[in-house]
Amino acid sequence: MRGLVKHYGATKALDGVDLDVREGTVMGVLGPNGAGKTTLVRILSTLLAPTAGHATVAGYDVVRQPRQLRRVIGLTGQYASVDEKLPGWENLYLIGRLLDLSRKEARARADELLERFSLTEAARRPAATYSGGMRRRLDLAASMIGHPAVLYLDEPTTGLDPRTRNEVWEEVKRLVGEGVTVLLTTQYMEEAEQLASELTVVDRGKVIASGGIEELKAKVGGRTLRIRPADPGQLRPLAGALDELGITGLATTTVDTERGAVLVPVLSDEQLTAVVGAVTARGITLSSLTTELPSLDEVFLSLTGHRASAPRDAAPAETREEVAV
Amino acid sequence: MSATAPTTTDLRADARIPLRGHLRHTGALVRRNLLWIRQDPESMFDAVLFPIVFTLLFVYVFGGSIGQSLGGGQEAYVQYIVPGLMAMMGMNMAQGVGTGFNQDFNTGVMDRFRSLPIGRGSVLFAKISVEMMRMLIATAILMVVGVLVGFDITDWPGLFAAVGLSAVFGSALMWIFLTLGVVMKNAQSVQAMGFLVLMPLQFGSSIFAPTRSMPGWLESFTEYNPLSALADAARGLMVGGPVAHDLWMTLAWSVGITAVMAPVAIHKFRTKS
Repeated sequence: MRGLVKHYGATKALDGVDLDVREGTVMGVLGPNGAGKTTLVRILSTLLAPTAGHATVAGYDVVRQPRQLRRVIGLTGQYASVDEKLPGWENLYLIGRLLDLSRKEARARADELLERFSLTEAARRPAATYSGGMRRRLDLAASMIGHPAVLYLDEPTTGLDPRTRNEVWEEVKRLVGEGVTVLLTTQYMEEAEQLASELTVVDRGKVIASGGIEELKAKVGGRTLRIRPADPGQLRPLAGALDELGITGLATTTVDTERGAVLVPVLSDEQLTAVVGAVTARGITLSSLTTELPSLDEVFLSLTGHRASAPRDAAPAETREEVAV
Repeated sequence: MSATAPTTTDLRADARIPLRGHLRHTGALVRRNLLWIRQDPESMFDAVLFPIVFTLLFVYVFGGSIGQSLGGGQEAYVQYIVPGLMAMMGMNMAQGVGTGFNQDFNTGVMDRFRSLPIGRGSVLFAKISVEMMRMLIATAILMVVGVLVGFDITDWPGLFAAVGLSAVFGSALMWIFLTLGVVMKNAQSVQAMGFLVLMPLQFGSSIFAPTRSMPGWLESFTEYNPLSALADAARGLMVGGPVAHDLWMTLAWSVGITAVMAPVAIHKFRTKS
């Protein structure tokens, strides 16, 4: 995909985007709302024509060979595009028929995919009665009917609760394990880290960084350790001990007295281990120790020097994973 | 259409779908629309209730007094209003297609369809087929209710011709509703807009009452109102009387509306992003 441009009047939704995705990998496209992620997906799935530039997906030109291309792609939109009035099974059967499967094949494929996405019990219920997670799974199943070579996931977990989000992630990982090439757009660094092997960061229709996920993570300063001593009185001694370690990530060690925690930026697992060692050596009892991935805002700050351009959406300020309590 | 470049070039240049493919796709989509009705039987209410309510309402509320001006009574009015209501059936069909389309766009289902290797027309034809079916059911109910309140079916071929004419005119109006369906934000607005446009046209016509007693300006409006032509043509076909002029007028309007609005609707549909 080269120099993709899409203008809406004077608005440049995409302003010369280049992107190469290797077969069988997951390319994450990270960016805030309004960065042009959805526009990109819509162009690559033939729903929208680019103003300039061209793109080839699975060997087909998106503008000149849309019909051939549509046979080999699967699309899971930001808003689960299943027919809510139809039962889950009927949704899948319909798409099977539209993909020219015979009645028998379409029936078998619908059964198979419902089973695989754990929706068999809900097969006969209208999709309107499904939970958010079930709907997203049905949407994924619908995208998989034609055995697509390329799958577009446009913010697949936006608006889902953490548990459901994990479910969707597991499904996506399984699909990738089967060799599907995935283009994933997301607003969450954590999601990109979970699923993507390569990452492209976009902002205002432009690519501002791209590369391997580890490479980019190092660039933006790794993780932040948030350490809370059980006794708030230990906050100062703890901070002192950590200062002595002399770890300097992108930021310096700071004390968050309000929440009774010390924040330490770490770039490597070795540094993390060293921090834990220092705490143990001082005999300080901890109530919690969490690592936080950089938020989208922090990613932007360190890559561009300015905040994400459209922070109106409730992207979580921080995503965290518990490592120890 | 071809002047708008990139968005439409894709439709011609690529591999053609064989006719059998189109039929299979349309069939699958018809099944989908029928399942909607099964899932939501209330959506048939309008088709079922409209002919019953309107027939009873007009015959028993206005029938006596309007019938007098027709030189009869309620019986005379029954002969007048049933073909008029028949003429309205096609309009309901047209409106149904527009609102249904609008819903598909809003729920993202249309995106799904558009990312599949099917002709976009299949979605449209499926919707039209199902709305036609609804229209035929409503027409059948209208005729049953009509006969129950005293309508004489004198001319069966004429009756079928009137149904066909209403469908033809409805298909032309459909392009207007399709345009609304693509352009407007939600199904309610499509319905409200349709109502705003159709209401004055319906009542400012010869559908419900003869136009002779209307003020001069209104009478001339009704004269050029295509719905008057349609209603009068249906009347002529079903109960006798002059047909030719109104029939040609209706067909001319249908062709005219289609010629203007079909390209607009198709263009809006194809360039919708």
